[in-house]
Parts: sequence; structure tokens; C-alpha cells
Amino acid sequence: MFEANRRGTWSLMPKSPNTKSPSAGVEAAVGTARVKRGLAEMLRGCVIMDVVDRDQAKIAEDAGASAVMALERVPADIRRDGGVARMSDPEMIAGIQAAVTIPVMAKCRIGHFAEAQVLQAMGVDYIDESEVLTPADEAHHVDKWAFTVPFVCGATNLGEALRRISEGACMIRSKGEAGTGNIVEAVRHLRSILGDVRKLTQADAAELFGWAKELRAPIDLVHEVAARGELPVPLFCAGGIATPADASLVMQLGAQAVFVGSGIFKSDDPAPRARAIVEATTHYADAGIVLEVSTGLGDAMRGLEIDQLDTKLAERGW
Amino acid sequence: MKIGILALQGAFREHAAAFDALGVETVFVRLPHHLSGIDAIVLPGGESTTQDKLLDSSGLRAPLTAALDDGVACLATCAGLILLAAEVLDGRPDQRPLDRLDLRVRRNGYGRQVASFEAPLAVEGLDAPFTGVFIRAPRIEHVGESVEVLAEHAGDAVLVRAERIWGAVFHPELSADLRLHQLFVNHCP
Repeated sequence: MFEANRRGTWSLMPKSPNTKSPSAGVEAAVGTARVKRGLAEMLRGCVIMDVVDRDQAKIAEDAGASAVMALERVPADIRRDGGVARMSDPEMIAGIQAAVTIPVMAKCRIGHFAEAQVLQAMGVDYIDESEVLTPADEAHHVDKWAFTVPFVCGATNLGEALRRISEGACMIRSKGEAGTGNIVEAVRHLRSILGDVRKLTQADAAELFGWAKELRAPIDLVHEVAARGELPVPLFCAGGIATPADASLVMQLGAQAVFVGSGIFKSDDPAPRARAIVEATTHYADAGIVLEVSTGLGDAMRGLEIDQLDTKLAERGW
Repeated sequence: MKIGILALQGAFREHAAAFDALGVETVFVRLPHHLSGIDAIVLPGGESTTQDKLLDSSGLRAPLTAALDDGVACLATCAGLILLAAEVLDGRPDQRPLDRLDLRVRRNGYGRQVASFEAPLAVEGLDAPFTGVFIRAPRIEHVGESVEVLAEHAGDAVLVRAERIWGAVFHPELSADLRLHQLFVNHCP
């Protein structure tokens, strides 16, 4: 089956801003679901790297990152420093936009639609409504259909993923414990999401209503996942990736691309590690290549045990 | 016939789905030996700077260029078109386009993601308009004499062809419309 056919007729598609594009006088629509999800499709098989300044952004682009996430502190430092973590300083984001030619993403707090409006106004390419920052709303996420810029949101399970998609998210990522260098939580989230997707494909019509109740997700989306055998938007992995083998693991589990945060710039020698993770993500199923690129990288970030954490970021988001 | 799809990074899966729907055999190309026995190759959208580096690290640059010179047909979309162009503006200084399509292109020539758009296109060889999906698309700023323009948007060439090598700045694989893939297959030698 040609999957894009379904995408074009999806029942929750509309509510596009539908404003005019820069090509004056010619019929053109910006901010459509297809255009917003399209950039996520282009990022398949890629590595998106957290960067805090222009130098790191250049290192990331030089290493073959397909996008960077601009933020003031990597999650490992947010964890260490404590306090309220907010959207980054626009000047810092603009500096990174000027330094690289690849897409620049930035984070807003959960539910903080005004931060999202500011990020859209400065032309960031993707907004991450992120649990790594301190939530601004304890009940609601941002209405992402109202924006021209696409959003990525984290999810620990299929219900959470489908609620975010119903709010307009164009990409879902796991919520592995950011800043720990420990892959175990991301693996749990991927296995939970993809395992339940596989179960949905086996469910009969009556069972799907039960699934919708259990997942607290719209029945239309549950039907769509059951028919496609995958989420309607790309599923990426985030949280805890520190080595090329970590990238290979999550890609083999079914992630379609990886976000790497603290894992690169908290390691001994960031540039070669960044290049190695890019190659391991492309050739994830070829152990010979993963071996080759894993050799001689120096020490990975030290990492944290999950049960010793004071704050579990993945529990943020509703 | 068998179509190879460069699968280093980007929207390779969507192209495979389109050709599958047309009943054409496809193979993902990540290493040089995957090129053997293919009649055509798709260079998909994605991030051209990443793909450019992976062409070198995977050892594909020389054998891919040789395959193109050997008569393999090619459909290049968005980032893939940047890989094929003669000259790339606003790229990285170390970016080395393959120079197999006589075009000058500007990366992200239509702006950032918030300016990405879709628009109906009148395509030479198709009866009804085709919806072009433009995502951080490159802009074609100069078309060489050997290159035929098959579609334009707002005065710029957006779909071009030089004999068996086709290039689009938009994404036919995202349009839920198989006509361009079919047209390409019809013209493959």
C-alpha cells in the first residue's frame, strides 16, 4: 500500500493556517500538515545534536548532523544546576542560526505557547515542546495546529504519543531520561510504543474501542495506527544516547532517527564521537561498520543510574 | 527493471513506497556493492550536507558517479538535486556536488521551514496539475543549455530533465500522487 495516500486523507489534518507563501501572486499554502510532517520525513536516518553555542553548532554540522537543537544548557547541566529551565535566550538561538546552514530547532516549556510564538517569530525550523524544561502548564500542552512551524513532542507510551499527535505534533520522540547517558529509559519507551502498535494491528474492531479508552487517545488515530502498523508521524529516539552502539540499538528497535544531547559534548572528544554516531545511525544494521566507527573514541560521558535520580523528567507531560 | 534508492539519510522510504505501488522492484543503496544490477537510482530529499559526507564515508561517491556516467537513470529530489548540481550556493565550503546536472542551485532558496509550502504545478507530460511539496527547498537560479524545464513555480524552474537524469526541488514522494514516479519509469531506458 502506498502510505502517503492515507496521510493525505487523515481526518485530523485540517486547521492549517493556510497563509500565503513568499511566492507572491502564485497559489501556495504554508504550514499545511504535509509540509510540517515533511521536514520530519527528511530527517529520517539522521542525528540531531544538542548545542549550546556557535562552536558546538559548527562541530555538529562538520560531523554530519542534519539539524541542531539550540539550548542554553545541555540536559546534564540542567540536572546539575537545578532551578527553572526556560526557553533559551533568542540572541543565543539567532547566533546558532547564523553559524550553520542545517535546520535549527529550539525548545519551549510544556504548554508555554507564548515561548512557542517567539520561537516561530524568529524562524526556528522545529519546536521541541520539551519535558527537559520546567513545565508551564500542569494540564495542557500547546495547541500545535495553530502554528506554521512544526513541533516534536516526547512520549513514553502509545497513548501519550497519540495525544500529542492529536494536538498537532508532527514528530514523536522517546523521553529517555535526558542528561543521564543511560539508554534504558528510551529503550523502555520505544518498546512500549512499538509493542502496542504491533498489538493494535492484531486487534478486532470492538477491541480497538477498548484500546482507545485505555490509551486515552482519539479513536480515529487508533484506527489509523491499526491500519498502518506505525504512527502517522515519524518516531525518533531521544534521551541517553552516548555511543554509536546506542544509536544502532534504538534504530534496530524501530526508531527512525536519533537526538543526541549531552552524550556528545559531555564526552572526552566530541567531534570524532559525533561523526561516529552519524555513521552508526546510517549503517545501524551493519555491525562491522558500527565496530569500525566505535573504535578509538575515548571515554563516553560518565552517565547516571536512573534509580539514583532526584527528578525524573519523563514524568512531565500529560 | 530495478531501481536503487540512496538510503544514507532522508526520505528514501517514501520513494520506495511509491515504486512499490507501481510494481517496480527497489533496493536501498548504502554501500558500493548495492549499486550492482540497478537500472536507475533515486537520490532522495534529506539534508544535503549530511548526505555529502556520508557519500565519502560509505565509499559511494566514485562508484555512484561512475554508474551515472555508465547510463543509469536518475531521479533526484530536493537534497538529491543539490548533490547532482554543477554549482551550489549557500552550501558548506566542503560540499562537493557531483556535477551531473547543469544547474546552479541555492540551498534553502525559498527560506526556512516556516516558509515551506505546497503549490499546484503544471508539469510537461501530465494532463492535470501536480501538487508540489516544497520543504526548505533549493532554488534553481540558472539552468544550463543541456537541461529541459518540465515545470515552473513563480518563474523558477522546479522540475528539470537532461535526458535520463531528472531533478525536482520539491517532493513528489510526499504528494500521494504516483504520476511523476510513473513518468520517470516510462522514460527509463
